[in-house]
Amino acid sequence: MTTQTVLNSKVPEGAIADKWDNHKFDIKLVNPANKRKFKVLVVGSGLAGASAAATLGELGYNVEVFTFHDTPRRAHSIAAQGGINAAKNYRNDGDSIYRLFYDTVKGGDYRSREANVYRLAQVSVDIIDQMAAQGVPFAREYGGLLDNRSFGGAQVSRTFYARGQTGQQLLLGAYQQMMRQVHLGKVKIHTRSEMLDLVVKDGRAVGIVCRNLVTGDISSHSGHAVVLATGGYGNVFYLSTNAMASNVTAAWRAHRKGAFFANPCYTQIHPTCIPASDEFQSKLTLMSESLRNDGRIWVPRGHDDARGAADIPEGERYYYLEEKYPSFGNLVPRDVASRNAKTVVDQGLGVGPLKNGVFLDFSDAVARDGKDKIEERYGNLFQMYERITGEDPYSVPMRIYPATHYTMGGVWVDYNLMTTIPGCFATGEANFSDHGANRLGASALMQGLADGYFVLPYTIGDYLAPMLGEDPVSVDDPAFIQTEADAQGQIQRFLSTGGTRSPEHFHRELGKLVWDYIGMEREKNGLEKAISEISALREEFWADVRVLGNNESLNSSLEKAGRVADFFELGELMARDALDREESCGGHFRAEHQTPEGEAKRDDENFSHVSAWEWKGQDSPQVKNVEELTFEEVQLTQRSYK
Amino acid sequence: MSRRLNLTLKVWRQEGPAANGHFEVYKANEIPDDASFLEMLDIVNEGLIAEGHTPIEFPHDCREGICGTCGVMINGRAHGQEKGTATCQLHMRKFNDGDTIVIEPWRAAAFPIVRDLVVDRSPLDKIVEAGGYISAPTGTAPDANEIPIPKEVADSAMDAAACIGCAACVAACPNSAAQLFTSAKIWHLNSLPQGQAERYRRTEAMVETMEEFFGSCTNHGECSEACPKEISQDFIAYMNRDYIKSKVVNRRLAGQR
Ligand SMILES: Cc1cc2nc3c(=O)[nH]c(=O)nc-3n(C[C@H](O)[C@H](O)[C@H](O)COP(=O)(O)OP(=O)(O)OC[C@H]3O[C@@H](n4cnc5c(N)ncnc54)[C@H](O)[C@@H]3O)c2cc1C
Ligand code: FES
Repeated sequence: MTTQTVLNSKVPEGAIADKWDNHKFDIKLVNPANKRKFKVLVVGSGLAGASAAATLGELGYNVEVFTFHDTPRRAHSIAAQGGINAAKNYRNDGDSIYRLFYDTVKGGDYRSREANVYRLAQVSVDIIDQMAAQGVPFAREYGGLLDNRSFGGAQVSRTFYARGQTGQQLLLGAYQQMMRQVHLGKVKIHTRSEMLDLVVKDGRAVGIVCRNLVTGDISSHSGHAVVLATGGYGNVFYLSTNAMASNVTAAWRAHRKGAFFANPCYTQIHPTCIPASDEFQSKLTLMSESLRNDGRIWVPRGHDDARGAADIPEGERYYYLEEKYPSFGNLVPRDVASRNAKTVVDQGLGVGPLKNGVFLDFSDAVARDGKDKIEERYGNLFQMYERITGEDPYSVPMRIYPATHYTMGGVWVDYNLMTTIPGCFATGEANFSDHGANRLGASALMQGLADGYFVLPYTIGDYLAPMLGEDPVSVDDPAFIQTEADAQGQIQRFLSTGGTRSPEHFHRELGKLVWDYIGMEREKNGLEKAISEISALREEFWADVRVLGNNESLNSSLEKAGRVADFFELGELMARDALDREESCGGHFRAEHQTPEGEAKRDDENFSHVSAWEWKGQDSPQVKNVEELTFEEVQLTQRSYK
Repeated sequence: MSRRLNLTLKVWRQEGPAANGHFEVYKANEIPDDASFLEMLDIVNEGLIAEGHTPIEFPHDCREGICGTCGVMINGRAHGQEKGTATCQLHMRKFNDGDTIVIEPWRAAAFPIVRDLVVDRSPLDKIVEAGGYISAPTGTAPDANEIPIPKEVADSAMDAAACIGCAACVAACPNSAAQLFTSAKIWHLNSLPQGQAERYRRTEAMVETMEEFFGSCTNHGECSEACPKEISQDFIAYMNRDYIKSKVVNRRLAGQR
């Protein structure tokens, strides 16, 4: 494979602690009175989109927000449970910006960009202040000060939370702040509006084409810049903890228009989800990592142990994480916890009717702290578990198994969060930025809000300032007309294919391939199979998909068909990226590359880089470009959580 | 091995906001009782598609009771019979073999039907837009621990803030009132120290916007009963108290300008 360009991340000069401050001083500014002359289109109303829209509106920009949801408050950020990290050191347990930075780089298995991570740790403290001022009801202690809990991959307690609904409360905060700007006329919201394509003219992003999901109308929207805050692509696995509608279309369409797609093979399998029960399973439900603070993970030592959990004596229980990793125990990072669960289940030690889970047991915690305390910490999660499984986790241990949860890969962005298409920015889970090959718990909410509140609103000015006086490109421009026609063409094609299998069917089949070959463990043969099988299935999809109904009213099959089409292309690229990366790191585990103890074995010599894939047209494979990663602060070591 | 259920569904079908709707009867056979209610509908839809019929549109997204997208009337009850449970969290093990299940969209004048079981709940956003926020522009906040908040106060704010905006309260109310939704947001913000400066302006604006779209509350209490988050009706009383006070306070403040 030929490697083309070496990407310039535009990381500023200077000591790591000064880079962001220097950069803010050096970049171009748009003066307050001129901001109203710019229009910014924000696609997505999750934490990353809503926070950016609100702040850009406050600054004076004209903002238009697009979401396929019926209200911005339904973005998938709403589902985040456990918490948000910040280096406040309120516990006085030795936390600092540097430690959060260090933990994040290490947790990401040394595959992230140091300067970005440091900036993230720096602004983390402002996020908590900001959200508290907005009235987010964070958990508090009796003295009235903010409470914290611990999350995986850290030995300090730096996670802020609002019961088991942290994402909901943060999103409502950002949504409300955005609605205030709607009230003030600075932000306009288009709900049930799905971006189908990015419009690029003379190499710059100049707008988007959307479909109104209720009327089917295709419309063009033009602006000085486009921000993609459209979330992650975990649903390429079909079964994941993502919401049903989460998809990659916006990011993928930008990719096809020239935005490089970085590290698609870095996907995160979360260790604590409710195991699947059957073919009809439509999604998987996360049980927050915070449960690992109080729950102990184990399986019976003996095969086919049919006894109830309570009847298995202590000596016959295998607390595998506590035994293998005495210093982090149940709080090892996600990739480590997930792989270990797979190992014991593969050894035939799994529990539950399908033997596809491990126990997460709260009996010690209930005995120690009392049921009330546990209920206060995790009540809604326990209730959620009971609803789904019909079992009461206060009296029998939960059964859990890893599931796809988060995608570290995404649209490549530079230090300014700009993609390789000038004028097109990507924030939140949609970009590849800060988590390297593995994200630590409670860091996605932090990143989404950091991008939207504290980074993008500054860096976007650097791009906009020189455009002062230029009007947005007219929507009658051929660039818009052509993009609209392409979008229409695809819709008509789906409606007229007249095949035999539903988009849902194809999605499920695709998901199985992705899970089997590009899941928790990957190897060369499997990846090669994935590439050929995905592409064969894709051809069947285009020839045999059945989309009923019409374009002129709500039609979720039609929406789904478009999303699945893009997942097919993404799935294939994930396999190619995983094949190319001949090492194991974080969530990317290649069976061929492991230490004698079965841990991920990196190859820093050859793979200390970001792989950023460039679209070369429908008929030729993407080409890999690289961004070299240099580590000036953190020393690369074999991660150890022993 | 899970139980299998054979069910009869009576589902509201309506092609668009202006079209006439009607009930359609479907057989849902061999439904595993481990399936969720929405997975049961998925199975029915796959069957419909296979036979060449347009599938039933129903609202859903997170399928874990937090996004507030889902919500249908199940045998005349918003989100079905199980207390504190959103439609997506309802599982088929709560039903019996041979049951007939009637499935309808939320019915409220403020919520036009988009298609089948999907309605337009956008007036709820209008209520928030009118004042459901604390003005705290980015970058202006003091240290988060500068304002201690007694645990009980934070907990009570959280109880109210837990609302998922599904609008089951409106659907369950004989008057299609949105008092529970509105009061939950008002109490979340009004009870916190950060929310005091805008307390009465917020209350007046939100209540009056609510009244533009929704019916009035006559204390039936169906709203809390139907609420998947079991939000307390007490918040309505707090809202009414603040609303009355807001009339006086806001007039006085206006006079001083
Ligand atoms: C169950 C669960 C629990 C989690 N818990 C935690 C946690 O405790 N802590 C933590 O830090 N992280 C957690 N995460 C991760 C975190 O929630 C997400 O990474 C983060 O919220 C993503 O935010 P976002 O703004 O980037 O995207 P999202 O919130 O997914 O928002 C995407 C937005 O884009 C819109 N959109 C997408 N495509 C289009 C399109 N084509 N056209 C128009 N609009 C579009 C959607 O409508 C939506 O508004 C969790 C994730 C899950 C799934
Ligand atoms: S689908 Fe999200 S609450 Fe039911």
